[in-house]
Amino acid sequence: MEDFFTLDLLTRILRVTTPLIFAALGGLICERSGVINIALEGLMLIGAFFAVAGTYWTGNVFAGLLIGMACAMVGALIHAVWSITFRGDQIVVGTAVNLIALGLTAFLVKAIWGAAGGSDRVHSLPKVGSMSILVPVAFALVPVVAFILFRTKQGLRLQACGEHPQAAVSAGIDITRYRYLAVLSSGLLAGLGGAYLSIGNLNYFTLDMTNGRGFIALAAVILGGWSPWGALAAALLFGAAEGVQVQGQSTPGFPISSDLMVAMPYIVTLIAITLFVKTRSGPAGLGTHATTS
Amino acid sequence: MNRLQIKSSTLLSIGGSVAAVAVALLLGALVMSASGASPVEAYQALWDGAFVGRRSIAETLVYSAPLILGGLAFALSSRAGLFNIGIEGQLITGGFVAGLVGAWDLGLPGSVYVPLALASGALGGMVWGFIPGFLKAKTGAHEVITTIMLNYLAMRGITYLVLRRDDVLPVDPSFIATQKVVDAAKLPILLDRTRLHLGIIIAIVAALVLWYVLFHTRFGYNVRAVGLSKGASAYGGIKWGATVTIAMALAGGLAGLAGAGESLGLHGRHWATAPGYGFTAIAVGLVGRNHPLGVIFSGILFGALNAGGPSMQSADVSKEIVQLIQGFIILAIAALEVVNRLPAIRSRLARRSAAQKAGA
Repeated sequence: MEDFFTLDLLTRILRVTTPLIFAALGGLICERSGVINIALEGLMLIGAFFAVAGTYWTGNVFAGLLIGMACAMVGALIHAVWSITFRGDQIVVGTAVNLIALGLTAFLVKAIWGAAGGSDRVHSLPKVGSMSILVPVAFALVPVVAFILFRTKQGLRLQACGEHPQAAVSAGIDITRYRYLAVLSSGLLAGLGGAYLSIGNLNYFTLDMTNGRGFIALAAVILGGWSPWGALAAALLFGAAEGVQVQGQSTPGFPISSDLMVAMPYIVTLIAITLFVKTRSGPAGLGTHATTS
Repeated sequence: MNRLQIKSSTLLSIGGSVAAVAVALLLGALVMSASGASPVEAYQALWDGAFVGRRSIAETLVYSAPLILGGLAFALSSRAGLFNIGIEGQLITGGFVAGLVGAWDLGLPGSVYVPLALASGALGGMVWGFIPGFLKAKTGAHEVITTIMLNYLAMRGITYLVLRRDDVLPVDPSFIATQKVVDAAKLPILLDRTRLHLGIIIAIVAALVLWYVLFHTRFGYNVRAVGLSKGASAYGGIKWGATVTIAMALAGGLAGLAGAGESLGLHGRHWATAPGYGFTAIAVGLVGRNHPLGVIFSGILFGALNAGGPSMQSADVSKEIVQLIQGFIILAIAALEVVNRLPAIRSRLARRSAAQKAGA
């Protein structure tokens, strides 16, 4: 058991928390503007895939990172057009984006590399010590997002769009523009989280490699009470559960079955959401439009 | 008046679904062309693989059975106003429980064993559907998050049980599955030398029963009422909490039945993998307009896409395109809602310009 609490465990937790932070911050901005985003999962997957494909095409890992983020933003644009302009059901649209992401990446993996399971190996992003440079970036983004949301005019207007869309419109806020920007930012951040999985932590893409992290990030947003620091805390909680599980697997004599430990984040989320749902509720205008048609 | 006359709104919904599928197939063709394949050849292969010949039709129906039941599960929850993204978890829980009961070898005759195994699968799914329904009713916990968590919990939990608990359960860790279902618990095969089993009949009967329940019973009326308006139904004396909880449990039961059919009819054991039918079921429900009879047709459509998908390989198109087309179908359906709302949007614009004129 002594070999359990090591520096290794800490870096492991930081590594698995990083993609959750990126996606959760994206989801947070999106939901604060009043748009439900269950497409985070698919947007992460698109980011993960195109970061590898972009690196493969250009031979430059930073170009790959940008391509991954840009493609995730295109996915987010679909979500925005359907949810905001077409006033579609935001959960239905998110489901469609997730399915398209799964199908498109699986289709393209075969078309590009001819293999069904995953991509060839490409370069990965530079590392700081044993961790990708994106790890500190994720943690540094938390105060930045908190500052923008709570201390700038644009951030407060964004919140107004989510809290009370009708009032925001009466106050002369271009709610459509703010919501589009918010959904696109969520694409950018989720794409970054996905790219971290493929070219940050590893150097290849495998099918469905996000494996529910987008959904976990969304749960972190809710569990964290729609605040950046809360989301960070929740993401760390999920990251710790996963990190402890991986570490436990490689520690002989660890008392809890690792298969059960993997289930921890889901149980924690279920309990937490059930307990806190009455004290913490999301933006009042979440999923609604400024005017009824 | 002619009783067979179909309401124009029904025709509009059917037309909308057909148009959405057509648009999605067109978009799929664009993707195929972009990747250098011939869409005409690919769709020809898809059609042949799904409908030409006895074996192809049987395969289409084999794939349709769980999709129809899953689509019914989605339709029932939607009618009660809940978005059930947890069909996947409810389905594999049902499949696992049915697989266990079928593998235990209780020494029963088939006439008792098959219904018992099916019912236990449905019960497993029911429990997995009851939890989010109950949490929603009691605490307001959003079903989208709780059902997603329950999906992963079911997957991880079943994997743990089949890998580690072969001391008490009839599971086979080397296969990551339950042990083989005994012959007496297997669903009968309907057509010689094919995999077509009783599941498709169960699915169609379930659709007819659900149609009756939704539109001709008090419970069905309550479900539709709470789905349309929580407030108005409460005013009318309908208990919202009890209704959504029961509706979610029954939806879980339908999904569990889908999983049971896969274990007892198709695979002869429950494999601890996620088939992904839970998400396709959402598309099935949406295309079928959450109407049980519509779901039969859309279930067969998606069954055909899945059964014929691998045949597209002959035209150099990988079967993953089917998943992409499913996503396109949902987007197209969502976009069509805009077209349906056009009259309302037009009248709003007219009011606005009239108001502006009056102001000037």
